[in-house]
Amino acid sequence: MSASASVPLSQKFKLPNGVEYEQPLGLFINGEFVTGKEGKAFEVINPSTGKVAGMVHEATAADVDIAVDAAETAFYDGPWSKMSSADRGHLLLKLADLFEENLTILASIEAFDNGKAIQLAKGDIGACIGCLRYYGGWADKIHGKVIETSPESFNYTKQEPIGVCGQIIPWNFPLLMWAWKIGPAIACGNTVVLKTAEQTPLGGLYAAKLCKEAGFPPGVINILSGFGRTAGAAIASHMKIHKVAFTGSTLVGRQIMKAAAESNLKKVTLELGGKSPNIVFEDADIDRAVEWINFGIYYNAGQCCCAGSRIYVQETIYDKVIEAFKRRAQANVVGNPFDEATFQGAQVSEAQYNRIMSYVELGKKEGAKVEVGGERHGSEGYFIKPTVFSNVTEDMRIMQEEIFGPVCAIAKFKDLEDVIQKGNSTAYGLASAVHTRSLNTAMEVANRLRAGTVWVNCYNSLHWALPFGGYGESGIGRELGKEALRNYTQVKTVNINLS
Amino acid sequence: MIIRQCQLARQLILQPRRYYSSVETTVTLPSGRKYRQPIGLFIANKFGVSRDGKKLTTYDPRSGRPIASVFAAGSADVNNAVQSARLAFGPWRTTPGTERGILLHNLSRLIEDHKDILGSIEAFDTGKSADTAMTEDIRECINVTRYYAGWADKVRGYSIQPFTEKFAYTLHEPFGVCALIVPWNYPLMLALWKLAPAIAAGNTVVLKTSELTPLSSLYLGNLITEAGFPQGVVNILSGDGDTGAALAFHCGINKISFTGSAATGRKIMQAAASNLVPVTLELGGKSAAIIFEDADLEQAVRWCYSGIMSNSGQMCSATSRILIQETIYKKFVEMFRSYTIQRMSIGPLDHGPQISDAQLKKVVQYVRSGIEEGANLVYGGEEMDGPGYFMQPTIFSDARDHMKIVQEEVFGPVVVLDSFATSSDAIWRANSSAYGLASAVFTKSITEAVNTAQKLDVGMVWVNSSQDSDFRVPFGGFKMSGFGQELGEYAIKNYLRPKAVHLNLGISL
Repeated sequence: MSASASVPLSQKFKLPNGVEYEQPLGLFINGEFVTGKEGKAFEVINPSTGKVAGMVHEATAADVDIAVDAAETAFYDGPWSKMSSADRGHLLLKLADLFEENLTILASIEAFDNGKAIQLAKGDIGACIGCLRYYGGWADKIHGKVIETSPESFNYTKQEPIGVCGQIIPWNFPLLMWAWKIGPAIACGNTVVLKTAEQTPLGGLYAAKLCKEAGFPPGVINILSGFGRTAGAAIASHMKIHKVAFTGSTLVGRQIMKAAAESNLKKVTLELGGKSPNIVFEDADIDRAVEWINFGIYYNAGQCCCAGSRIYVQETIYDKVIEAFKRRAQANVVGNPFDEATFQGAQVSEAQYNRIMSYVELGKKEGAKVEVGGERHGSEGYFIKPTVFSNVTEDMRIMQEEIFGPVCAIAKFKDLEDVIQKGNSTAYGLASAVHTRSLNTAMEVANRLRAGTVWVNCYNSLHWALPFGGYGESGIGRELGKEALRNYTQVKTVNINLS
Repeated sequence: MIIRQCQLARQLILQPRRYYSSVETTVTLPSGRKYRQPIGLFIANKFGVSRDGKKLTTYDPRSGRPIASVFAAGSADVNNAVQSARLAFGPWRTTPGTERGILLHNLSRLIEDHKDILGSIEAFDTGKSADTAMTEDIRECINVTRYYAGWADKVRGYSIQPFTEKFAYTLHEPFGVCALIVPWNYPLMLALWKLAPAIAAGNTVVLKTSELTPLSSLYLGNLITEAGFPQGVVNILSGDGDTGAALAFHCGINKISFTGSAATGRKIMQAAASNLVPVTLELGGKSAAIIFEDADLEQAVRWCYSGIMSNSGQMCSATSRILIQETIYKKFVEMFRSYTIQRMSIGPLDHGPQISDAQLKKVVQYVRSGIEEGANLVYGGEEMDGPGYFMQPTIFSDARDHMKIVQEEVFGPVVVLDSFATSSDAIWRANSSAYGLASAVFTKSITEAVNTAQKLDVGMVWVNSSQDSDFRVPFGGFKMSGFGQELGEYAIKNYLRPKAVHLNLGISL
């Protein structure tokens, strides 16, 4: 972090795949890119090389105040407050079209800033487009009810927007998390102040440029680059923000909730961590199951809240599966994100790299066995080899705590009762999966696992139309689907006396 | 899956396909602008001639002169269209809702790109002003298409777990081939009111237009292809009553949606009895506007004028009867008359012709009967001089309930006024119509508004306005006005039917 008045508001970037574009660097407040009030800026690091790629302007609490004022004005006065719901939706549809026109640039920024493989980044942008379009379609379809009580009364409900919403997003899917938040909040008629993660500020700023191009009135969408301790905390405790949505670690989630309670009791939704079980029954299609358990943990270099990091295999097929899985894990192409063949890119930062490697050491100390991996890949950047631990017990920290890297643990189970009990023995409850050919096994496991999503014969199959969120300490509320609209509306009951 | 969808979407939006029909003619619009008008039958994304070569001619109601001749579908052509829709249905129903939505969104954009020409065609073929056609009809087409694009992937079903051993869910499935039969008063708009939700729901359609106004929907055919719809999803046939009958009786259709007269509506329902398909009918109306003494009279006059004189009175939901509280009756009649004179001074652009000579003659007949039965002619009553099918706005006061002009739908610029004493009197009289499409209530009182709305036996009540329907709010009538709703969420639900699936998870016999 350093103060720098000499950081421009935008700069030409040339990325390793040859893509050249103008990258906004300022804070996007009230429809313009501006410098921070305190003139601060911070470094953006390319995790594939560990080198500094540039600087972006940094938002502090003072900038959050300015952004909130702009968002509040936009909400109560001006064009957004008078806009029809269909027109709001239309703006989201235009934004989706702009994402599509700028797909290559956006995917390249993602691969550069986050370190993920370019082929995965393209998929992320496709999902952003789908998400924005989906919520663009919901905007004018948010209905209330007419409810009968007695003939002397005419009653109806309305789903009204909340007002200024604060949104804090993580670094693992920078643009996708951006779309997941902006889509429903805007569709419901709110205005937003969104803080990106300090590790990955670039995509969100480029997307802000697209918001302006789409025609969103000033102040409706404000995008701030900054740190959790300053800008994030300011959002969580702001008296004029009436809703905060956070995706990130459980630790920070608790702080957000506390700050919300201590300030103005703003509504809180949280998408936190997970330690999701990925279960293979003996009647599964084993080849396919191995593909899914591989994808379940190594997708996005293990940096998924819903990663299937605890793999349970029925003991009758355990030996066969672990051998196949070891081969499959080692076959993952790890390396340069801009290589089209790459599947697993870099971890997002040095801090994350160190944290993951410390869990690897911990696992060894706890007595687990490293079947494959367990060390750095290459000599430059934050790459880790796909790692599998066996010989684990349920109480080990590598079985209980979220590692957030390409490290999983594989264990045996006896039967359905056994694996349900094991699967549910976690404070988390974000996702889970069961691989089986039996309808009854699938349905029973799906019913009994305490998890917000149960995948059957697949993993990480997220879709903008399907609600996503956690049981237990994995969070509060659901994103995506029609459910997300609840997070961004409040119900008003109007009761008219006719007597 | 995500990457494939993205690539598909990109292909559709950034590289639209173009097809040019070989069955076209050049039409010169009143402005002097020329354009290529498709005249064929639009089947499987191609325009073709009718099997027996039959054609029909469409006329400009402002001059009475012919515009163009288009191919008219006979039974063989109807059969081809239904087959084409049937073939397309299998793949179309399994196309994800999101992709169906993207294609509808493309279509909405294309209608917007072509709004000038579409507005001009519509104005030429119907006689309405080009300005009205563009700002109302075509704007509504764009909005409705975009609205249903957004519904396409949001209506799949529910899950229900009655007890542990049974898990059930519903799948909302499209019907199949839907026959859509539309009238001539809002040709393209009513076509899209039906087409957009039907397609969004996963159905394929055969649209039959009115023989009086075939042009705009044929032009739409090119946009359907350019938007990227697979062949056979949308088929568009020009034709007359025989074409409509051939379609309604066809064994290959799965649903009929009809907008038009009650007389034809009955025939459609009879046809549906033969092939047992579900029917929605949007028929006529004789909707009442009720003016309470506390109403804002100036606004009430303006809304009521619009409520009957727009589109030259050719609106199913027109508030063609006005019941005015006796304390303000004389005043209202006089204000309405003055306002009519004021509007007529604007000239022919404000008040268009009736669609045809036959329709004009019907209106004139009704006016004569009104005079004969003793209603008081306050204004108008005559055909206008000059070419075309123009009728003066006509106001009758002291029009009693037994009179033909009060009972029957005139479908022209003729309004009948009478007074009432109490609100229950007005409501009773409004409800004593065989129709039940709409009503308008003018009052400042909340309780009067809400209570009256509750008691009126109609599908739509406008409080302090008339005719301002909205694509997000359902539109439809009770009684002789038909059944089934268009617009809003209700319309797409009407193009879906639930299949219930029960999974037995543990009950053994």
